[in-house]
Amino acid sequence: MSAYKTLVVHPEKCNGCGECEVACAKVKANTNDVTYSRIKVIKGLKEEFFGPVVCMQCGEPNCVKSCPAGALTKNQKTGVVEWNKDRCVSCAICTLGCPYSGIYYHPELATVIKCDHCGGDPECVKVCKPKALEYSVEAKVYEEQGQLEDLFGPDLAACMGCNMEILVRHTLRHIGPDTVLAAPPGCLPGVCAVGFNGATGTKVPSFHPLLTNTAAMLAGLRRYYKRIGRDVTALALAGDGGAADVGFQSLSGAAERGEEVLFICIDNEGYMNTGMQRSGTTPFGSWTSTTPVGPGLRGKTRDSKYMPLIMLMHNCEYVATAVTAYIQDFHEKLEKAHQASKRGFAYIHVFSPCTTGWRFPGDKTIEVQRRAVATNFFPLWEYEKQTGKLRFTRPVDNPEPIENYLSMLGKFRHLNREEIDHLRRTAEERVRILKAIEASGLENYRLAS
Amino acid sequence: MQTKYLIIGSSHAGLSAADEIRVHDSDSPLTMISMEDCLPYSPTILPYILEGKVEEKNVYLRDEKFFQDKKINFLRGKKAVKVDPSVAKVELDDGREISYEKLLIATGSEPTLPPIPGLKESPYYVLRTMEDAKRINAAAMQAKSAVILGTGLVGMHAAEALGRKGLKVTMVELLPQILPGYFDAEAAKFVQGVFTKHGIAFYLNNPAVKVESSSVTTKISLKEGQEIEGELLLVATGVKPRVEFLRDTNIQIEQGIIVDEFMRTSQENIWAAGDVAQGKDFFTSKTGLNAILPDAYEQGKIAGLSMAGDPAVIMAFEELGQELAFSYPGGINRNTFNFYGNRSFSVGLALATEEDGYEIDKMFFPGGGVYQKLVFQGEVLVGAIGINVTLDPGVILNLIRRKVLLGNVKSEFVVKPLEMSRQLMWSHWRGVAVKRN
Repeated sequence: MSAYKTLVVHPEKCNGCGECEVACAKVKANTNDVTYSRIKVIKGLKEEFFGPVVCMQCGEPNCVKSCPAGALTKNQKTGVVEWNKDRCVSCAICTLGCPYSGIYYHPELATVIKCDHCGGDPECVKVCKPKALEYSVEAKVYEEQGQLEDLFGPDLAACMGCNMEILVRHTLRHIGPDTVLAAPPGCLPGVCAVGFNGATGTKVPSFHPLLTNTAAMLAGLRRYYKRIGRDVTALALAGDGGAADVGFQSLSGAAERGEEVLFICIDNEGYMNTGMQRSGTTPFGSWTSTTPVGPGLRGKTRDSKYMPLIMLMHNCEYVATAVTAYIQDFHEKLEKAHQASKRGFAYIHVFSPCTTGWRFPGDKTIEVQRRAVATNFFPLWEYEKQTGKLRFTRPVDNPEPIENYLSMLGKFRHLNREEIDHLRRTAEERVRILKAIEASGLENYRLAS
Repeated sequence: MQTKYLIIGSSHAGLSAADEIRVHDSDSPLTMISMEDCLPYSPTILPYILEGKVEEKNVYLRDEKFFQDKKINFLRGKKAVKVDPSVAKVELDDGREISYEKLLIATGSEPTLPPIPGLKESPYYVLRTMEDAKRINAAAMQAKSAVILGTGLVGMHAAEALGRKGLKVTMVELLPQILPGYFDAEAAKFVQGVFTKHGIAFYLNNPAVKVESSSVTTKISLKEGQEIEGELLLVATGVKPRVEFLRDTNIQIEQGIIVDEFMRTSQENIWAAGDVAQGKDFFTSKTGLNAILPDAYEQGKIAGLSMAGDPAVIMAFEELGQELAFSYPGGINRNTFNFYGNRSFSVGLALATEEDGYEIDKMFFPGGGVYQKLVFQGEVLVGAIGINVTLDPGVILNLIRRKVLLGNVKSEFVVKPLEMSRQLMWSHWRGVAVKRN
């Protein structure tokens, strides 16, 4: 069993141009007649609506089950539902089985036609200007990661729905066993990293620095290993307290000195493991146990500091923001950060929703992250010093209303219009600044040693 | 011998159940019995074998490797002759007994013979098994003319196939129209016209009353007095569940084996699925047969889930109640029919009329060979017929099954059913609801 590439359709991005139909008809039937296209655009309805329809290559395809001729099969290697011309009797019962408009009877051909992913390089995706079609390899990550050793033990003990497990398992698998892990006070040590009775939950050496000295200790470790001739990755998995607040002086110093450290800040916007107190990264208006909501107070009165930009201005080798909800994106950033940490300081700021402290159901962890990205509350970007360029890795041109994100969380439940607008403006302003940097680049930073 | 799961029958329902059982229980002994000594195939393919559209070697739904890989003990050429639920045993025609823990009866259906004097004594053919198809093909090599009793899908398919082989084909129907199960009078008339154009003769509303045979031909006398002759007589007047071997059990049988939402019969540890089962109807509170391929694999799947004790069925049933469990939604009549280069489909209450209280929208261009009928009950689509129209029958089926409220898009749906049904698919079951501002 393996993960398959999929043709992902983003109907909200489709503009109905029909280029995909033209390209498909051309490549599949060498004609301009779009009736031969395997992908179809919905057009001409009163209320503008564009949603390309195409075979979903179902896991349990009804078309396959309803074929009396055994002409349709699910290819277990590629995931594509394949049509065998020699066996097909053109009865079209498959079109009755498919609930997704994925297989059509073509009267001139007198057979059914369906998408076959062009053998792994779909033509429609190449011509889709608004990027409504995507040939996704997202699932590939799990296939690749499945081959690597899981460097955390079983039975991690986190709150239900916690993002931590997916985050740390993916991170350590990717970075590999030649790693020393620093886990300062925060949720992660409790979840497993420092373990119990002298045994850690990790299969790599890990240690428990103070909240204040994580980056400094890692810097020393990296230097020591280098001196004895070992290339060991110095990895920090620190909370926002251990990175942005209490741990900031050592972090700032290490980054400024260009220490060869990979520092990952797991930002759950507060001191969650000690009882959900506010931190420097807690957003404006948030309920926390130290910024309560009642007759006098309405949550946090100050804005969060935007830590990723602060780190960008430290002249790091690599700075990125990431979420586990877009795991492919996260892995690409891990890879770049890992390489960069051999040259200098690499920093990834991971937005990590806390079911307990933010108050949302445990099964919504991924959804909360996606809404945060889609509303531009937490834009995804990366900066590479080698190019001096900042790049949005998942640009959101038409952000959803910020309420779509805020309304998912109990900690924002009390917000009024004005407060919501304030959060929206803050988010907009951050994107504006990031776009300005994206446009101008940081040329002098690139040249700096 | 002993087995945990025993499946009698190896067509769509049986195979679908086996697939499902193996998803949830990959090891327990699973035995499948087929009365024919060949790999599994679909009876639906048989008219296409007559037509020569596909070779016999290319129609089998599974190969030997499948049974090895899935650890299924496949007994071919064996017929179950007796079931004894009290001791959980099935007896085969070779005298062997099989003890089961869970039994699925998926024996399908067999042709019915109308009570016409002389029919049984005359040489006639039916089309239900691979052997039948081979026999008809052999006979068609010699014959110059054929008479077909019955104008259902099997009869119509056979008529086209035999007509294409050069036989003079005459069709006899008891009812006033052809394809009475799927098409209303207008659609049926159009289809009949196409067949007539291709030389097929019809006698409708005019049942056969007597069959006589000589050494070469068979003579059929009709109610209105006509006498027609053919060298090949094919009886295609319908099918009935193959339940004869269950007669002396106490499994509840009416037209077919009575089953509940999980395809369970009245007897513990016995399930039934496919043509043989009499399950609930989607539109009414009644039960009935729905002897069609798409229902067979769905019922088989549910039976398989239920037999293997899948949580989707069992837990949901216990914790959420019947409505929310994965269960049989009720049979919806549906089929596709392609004939002489035309395409058609029928779904749901396709025969409904305005007199029955339904709202009907029809589009008919006989010249262009186009017919479209949409049947609504209030704001919900309940049936459709399409001849040479571009629609997605599967999407239409789901609009019906999900009882999608059309609301204020109904008038546009009538004009642009293809586009609108695709939009409704997006917003109701394909995932994200999308609307452009």
